[in-house]
Amino acid sequence: MKKHQPTETRSQNAFIAFVTGGLVGVIGQLLTEFYAVFFEISTKDASTFMLVTLIFLASLFTALGFFDKWVNFCKCGLIIPITGFAHSMTSAGIEYRKEGPIFGLGSNIFKLAGSVILYGVVSAWFFGMLRLLIMGG
Amino acid sequence: MTFKYNCVFVEDAATIAGPYEAKGPLKKYFDQTFDNLYHGEKSWETAEAKILEESIRTLLKKTKKTKDDIDVIISGDLMNQITSSCYSSEKFNFPFLGIYSACATSVEGIILGSSLIDGGKVSNAIASTSSHNMSSEKQFRNPTEYGAPKPKTATFTATGGASILLTNENTGIKVESSTIGRIVDYEQNDPFNMGAVMAPAAADTIYRHLTNLNRTPDYYDLILTGDLGTYGKKILIDFMKTEYGLDISKNYNDCGVMLYDLEKQKEVQAGGSGPVCSALVNYSVILNLLKKKKVKKVLLVATGALFSPTFVYQHENILSIAHAVSLEVIK
Repeated sequence: MKKHQPTETRSQNAFIAFVTGGLVGVIGQLLTEFYAVFFEISTKDASTFMLVTLIFLASLFTALGFFDKWVNFCKCGLIIPITGFAHSMTSAGIEYRKEGPIFGLGSNIFKLAGSVILYGVVSAWFFGMLRLLIMGG
Repeated sequence: MTFKYNCVFVEDAATIAGPYEAKGPLKKYFDQTFDNLYHGEKSWETAEAKILEESIRTLLKKTKKTKDDIDVIISGDLMNQITSSCYSSEKFNFPFLGIYSACATSVEGIILGSSLIDGGKVSNAIASTSSHNMSSEKQFRNPTEYGAPKPKTATFTATGGASILLTNENTGIKVESSTIGRIVDYEQNDPFNMGAVMAPAAADTIYRHLTNLNRTPDYYDLILTGDLGTYGKKILIDFMKTEYGLDISKNYNDCGVMLYDLEKQKEVQAGGSGPVCSALVNYSVILNLLKKKKVKKVLLVATGALFSPTFVYQHENILSIAHAVSLEVIK
């Protein structure tokens, strides 16, 4: 059984993910700089604007139906950044829309994103406690 | 469990294939193809039921039968509660038997239908099955718009509906014998490598079929497995040789490999799968070869992975099964 297992092109996949993930980072940085200069706001506010823009774009491209093909090509380069999170929620939303707003959309939209949110909240609490204990807040 | 039939024949079959299958090498053999995966419906599930319904309608038209002529329909698919089968057969009011053995459903239907006919209980029976790439992705994996990367061993659920009409009147193509498969557990638990899950089941069924009937693999012009894919095919050839000392490499092929152009259609990865995958190939090009008497003895081995996402998440192995039926051209 083992000997017929094809070798995955791991290094190639990692390289594509590295480059495309990096590109998303570069776009994010450019957006932050752009918002900071253009709207004359602080970098912290600008980075929130940037996140909203990326989430919007990922959701829009998912809805238009070609984002899954990009993800397929870019491997984890588009899943690890916030674009992947938006993509997981939008794709579930589109899929379960047909079962109605409550039993479909409402109960399934966090199907993939639910674990990210749960463990995000838990780890935020955990590291927050660590910070409180070690650094005193 | 292998048995021979005396008077069961294949009257005709109908195949409706989806857009990915139409891009493959078998396009000209399908009765109908369609471009949009929704096929004029609002959801993937209703689309699948409609495709299956159309295959039954086409079969009735081809064989010039009305719905009152059919004694029983035996149908199964991948959806929970085999909804595609129920909702499509409801339109015709046939007496209905619903079955499930994942991708081995098509041959299970033929075995049950043939046994009812050979036992003299009915004079004809339709065996039908369907699958839909999107409805399966939604039920078994991720939402369809979610583009998670898949490994090379992953197979691609075929979209389409296929029905075959069995009868007790001599049509020249005889359902000669069949072997009911056993459930096999080879401790595989990778849902992205179904070929490795199903190959041992196919090997077990082929071996028992051949030994029960005292045959060698070259008795058949063609041995066809359902949906093992590129890697499962290699595993089966190797497994048959090392485990049972049988060489099937000369006259063996896999429907999952035949359905698509694997060089050009990279999205299908290792090949086709789903209950309709083997049915689309067998009921179109293979039946055509039998009608033209280009091949005379064919062994169809439909392979099914009895895969449940719940059990895989609970760290249980994926079970598999394979059913075999032999078709022969007679004078």
